[in-house]
Amino acid sequence: MEVRELICIGCPLGCPLTVRMDGEEISVSGNTCRRGEDYAKKEVLSPTRIVTSSVRVKDGVIRMVSVKTKSDIPKNRIFDVMDEIHKASAEAPVAIGDVIIKDCAGTGVPVIATKAVDKA
Amino acid sequence: MMEHDIVIIGGGPAGLAAAVAARKAGIQDILILERDSCLGGILNQCIHNGFGLHTFKEELTGPEYAARYIAMAQEEKIPYRLNTMVIDISKEKEVTFINREDGLSTVKAKAVILAMGCRERPRGALNIPGYRPAGIYSAGTAQRLMNIEGCSVGKEVVILGSGDIGLIMARRMTLEGAKVKVVAELMPYSGGLKRNIVQCLDDYGIPLKLSHTVVDIQGKERVTGITLAEVGPDRKPIPGTQEHYDCDTLLLSVGLIPENELSRGIGVAMSPVTSGPEVNDCLETSQEGIFACGNVLHVHDLVDYVSEEASLAGKNAAAYVKAGEKKAGRKVAITAENGVRYTVPQTLDIINMQDSVTVRFRVADVYRDRYITVYYDGVPVIRRKKKVLAPGEMEQIVLKKESFSDYPELKNIVIRTEVE
Repeated sequence: MEVRELICIGCPLGCPLTVRMDGEEISVSGNTCRRGEDYAKKEVLSPTRIVTSSVRVKDGVIRMVSVKTKSDIPKNRIFDVMDEIHKASAEAPVAIGDVIIKDCAGTGVPVIATKAVDKA
Repeated sequence: MMEHDIVIIGGGPAGLAAAVAARKAGIQDILILERDSCLGGILNQCIHNGFGLHTFKEELTGPEYAARYIAMAQEEKIPYRLNTMVIDISKEKEVTFINREDGLSTVKAKAVILAMGCRERPRGALNIPGYRPAGIYSAGTAQRLMNIEGCSVGKEVVILGSGDIGLIMARRMTLEGAKVKVVAELMPYSGGLKRNIVQCLDDYGIPLKLSHTVVDIQGKERVTGITLAEVGPDRKPIPGTQEHYDCDTLLLSVGLIPENELSRGIGVAMSPVTSGPEVNDCLETSQEGIFACGNVLHVHDLVDYVSEEASLAGKNAAAYVKAGEKKAGRKVAITAENGVRYTVPQTLDIINMQDSVTVRFRVADVYRDRYITVYYDGVPVIRRKKKVLAPGEMEQIVLKKESFSDYPELKNIVIRTEVE
């Protein structure tokens, strides 16, 4: 049986959660409400995160454009996604929502611009 | 001298929301003065997500949240001047500013909305011994250098202070390939939001050392290391607890201070607790027709509350411009006591107030299982059970106008935390 300690981020209460995984069986304790249980299960089964960063813009009025993964990606792929973001660049003009990387690191999730950058 | 109905100082989230609300309330002649080269304020460098859950019911990044309000302001065709620094505001509401196009100019306003935001507490305010090498940044400066300027800030990092910007930068620098060795916090609790501790530190295995501070900085040209020590209940370093960390960068995330040089220049009454102006329920300062909102008034945890508060300031400034004079009312002081550090607003006009007024406040310490109680002349009127209260999270309580109908002679309102 695997045991993991988590802190719930559902609300400011920040319940200390204990998750016990026994094969298919998952039990959560320490939570005050249902949200804690849902959060803990998601965190141990398939934790995901939105990744945000910024990439260089060519010919823009500013040097960098902020970007994010369009939806959440598996937590264990964060650094693969960052490696691709580091290699990427954009060309002005950029609009919010413009796709910067079509399928980032094989996650199937695009990286999109979160800021508009006009041409210099 | 040019005249405007409303002049807004600052084009960040507060200034923009105030402008849009004032325009929606029917004021045509509005001018926003912004010192940066673009609107949006600090949101432009806050590229992480988590903004707008209350306002737009979705999770946006800072630039996206700013873009929504910039679009609203542009849709309303609200004039603004960029690269414009306001250098003085007089009691007569004459606003003096400088920029490259106009040089030095003064405009007269019927109402002024202060929305200048806040600044980071610098190293100089901390009395950390040691040299003054390169590599010491406030967290927000490092954030701007990385996210806007595209510079690399450092490779091996120690962060002092667990405010939200420090936590966000711990993650940001880790993602950019730096090694964040430790986050040290003087207090026995973090000043940041729980979700930031989990998603910025725990996710990346970055240790958070509570009740610790930096007692020495090494390096002459560039930081080469720092020394941490544990502190006792008196927040003084405990001898023998020193630990050395090799690092080339020290980030400071040790608090935000409302930027009120202009407000002090006008001579508005200031709160020593918030470092912002004292305001009534219209968010009007002690100087008639001068309003304040956002982080210049008190430091917020969520931008959503800034927008909400600023909209109210904009609406009230519009009403003031239209009415021209104030109706006589009954001003009652709101006193913060026993664990409630301050309230905004600090006074309430129980006759002319809106149907309901949101009173925002912060608590002094981490409390569990306490009540927030509101007293009208010593009578407990509202009592809310709170499982947890923390200084890092802003609290609010709504006071309804109808609740004052039984208290026509009301002299004071007290908000306090109580164990029983």
